[in-house]
Amino acid sequence: MGHVNSDIVDRIVDLEHDYAHCIDDDRLEGWPDFFVEDCLYQIIPRENLIRKTPLPIIYCDNKNMLRDRVVILRKALIYNIHYDRHVVGNVRVREEDAGIFEVWASFIALQTDTEGETSFFASGKYEDKVVFVDGDAKFKHKIVILDTAAVPNMISTPL
Amino acid sequence: MSDGTDLRWPAADFSRVPYPVFNDPGIYAREQERVFQGPIWCYLALEAEIPEIGDFKSTFIGDTPVVVNRNNDGVIHAFVNRCAHRGTMLVREPFGTTQDHTCIYHHWCYDLAGNLIGVPFERGIRGKGGMPETFDKRNHGLQTLNVATYRGVIFGSFSHEVESLESFLDKPNMEYLDTMFNRPIEILGHWRQRIPGNWKFYFENLMDSYHAGLLHQFQTTFGIMRTTQRGGSKMDRLKRHRVLFTVYDSDDLEASDEQLLKNLGVYDDTLSLADPSMIEFRDEVGDGCAIMMMALFPSVIFQRLSNTLATRQIRPRGPNEFELNWTCFAYADDDESLRKLRLKQVNMIGPAGYVSIEDGEAGALIQRVIGRERDRYSVIEMGGLGPIEDPDSPLTEVPVRGFWRYYCHLMGYQAEGAPAWVPGEA
Repeated sequence: MGHVNSDIVDRIVDLEHDYAHCIDDDRLEGWPDFFVEDCLYQIIPRENLIRKTPLPIIYCDNKNMLRDRVVILRKALIYNIHYDRHVVGNVRVREEDAGIFEVWASFIALQTDTEGETSFFASGKYEDKVVFVDGDAKFKHKIVILDTAAVPNMISTPL
Repeated sequence: MSDGTDLRWPAADFSRVPYPVFNDPGIYAREQERVFQGPIWCYLALEAEIPEIGDFKSTFIGDTPVVVNRNNDGVIHAFVNRCAHRGTMLVREPFGTTQDHTCIYHHWCYDLAGNLIGVPFERGIRGKGGMPETFDKRNHGLQTLNVATYRGVIFGSFSHEVESLESFLDKPNMEYLDTMFNRPIEILGHWRQRIPGNWKFYFENLMDSYHAGLLHQFQTTFGIMRTTQRGGSKMDRLKRHRVLFTVYDSDDLEASDEQLLKNLGVYDDTLSLADPSMIEFRDEVGDGCAIMMMALFPSVIFQRLSNTLATRQIRPRGPNEFELNWTCFAYADDDESLRKLRLKQVNMIGPAGYVSIEDGEAGALIQRVIGRERDRYSVIEMGGLGPIEDPDSPLTEVPVRGFWRYYCHLMGYQAEGAPAWVPGEA
């Protein structure tokens, strides 16, 4: 572990921000491309981690499962009609291993319904591992640690 | 708001349900007293959640907070989570291990059976202060519940006249619990959802297999449950609970049936999964059932959906919202690949599940539009009218009428033209 140069930090912060915009702009087809093929994406309630029963709400251990989630959301699932808004901040980066960067970030997610009413949806923390593929930052792991264990109705679109 | 007593049920076979039942605060209050605290058993927890001496879990019956714990002799006790002194919430953590329960406010201390064992300064200091001589700790224990277990499932009741748990569960449900809990389980974790609908919508939903192949496109599309598969329902003698099961991949589709389903848009064979490993099904019980949903009146569902194993406990939070508390488990003797399969299949269930989130949306849509209507009714006729009997097709809402019949019995509602409840039945 050592000092991570500011160019790499900038690119990782951009990755986190671009990821949020991709979801919020409803460009879900682009969402899997933030990940490498051999990735891990999970949403885990924080209370499950505290109790040492780390049951996830979503568990995808490869990029195809992310692609499938998008197809299912678009074609085979009825969920609440809404817009998403993610606010991501407090990003911290350290190099875990040569070329693998550990990233922590906080997020708040809001949803706006068909009445135009915006409500708080969830807060939590991303615990990510980022690698660079052909110069592009990609998530190898994205673990969404969900403070809001009492999920407001449902999680449909990604966090 | 009504006082919850004046409600018209215009159909003797409970095929009409008055909308106020879903949003009237007076009816909601009456339910807490007559249903949840009535002569029935409500799910509290799994024994595997409190395996050791001193383990406790915070849970609910209706909207009343209840603590269930295991005392020093290993005996399970349950009590209302409220200090007998000034009404403070006694246990603040969802789970934990303790030797006793001490209220934060004045440190009144209770043993794990709910007996008051300590009152600070009970005798005062140097003859001043203290409780009156008439005060007897034996009269100030916690409000305890009846507790009974079946196959490691813990149930509680506020009633002292309640039938035995075995009588309440009745034969089909005991048989499915025997199968589901035929060996030690391991708790994988919990999920919670706050669904903006009335709690009874959700129970209706579990009694209704008609919607399953229509609302849940994922399971239709990927063959987990199609209305063309073999399956059925079993109800208890009072038609208040219901087990639904379907046999995996048992479609015997005529070409014309298949075309019909496609035309209806409920069966899209153009979709496929890039990673189909999630929808693999292992018949670990030997009954071939890819779906087993057992809804026990009024607040719990036991589910096997593919290889997922879970209980879902309904916790009402006022007439317009309920929380769904999921406990997911596995068998302790799972091999690594089976455990991995269960983990992948969490994507189908829970707060983000491909075959569960739609139910929340359906309930929310009911709640948004029923308004103040007092003389409007939902229509429950699929599967036929008249007597409530085990259906022979998934295209049925008959068990929903069984739910309402028993609900009305507990609530003291008389449907027009319905025969009076025979006391011996309950």
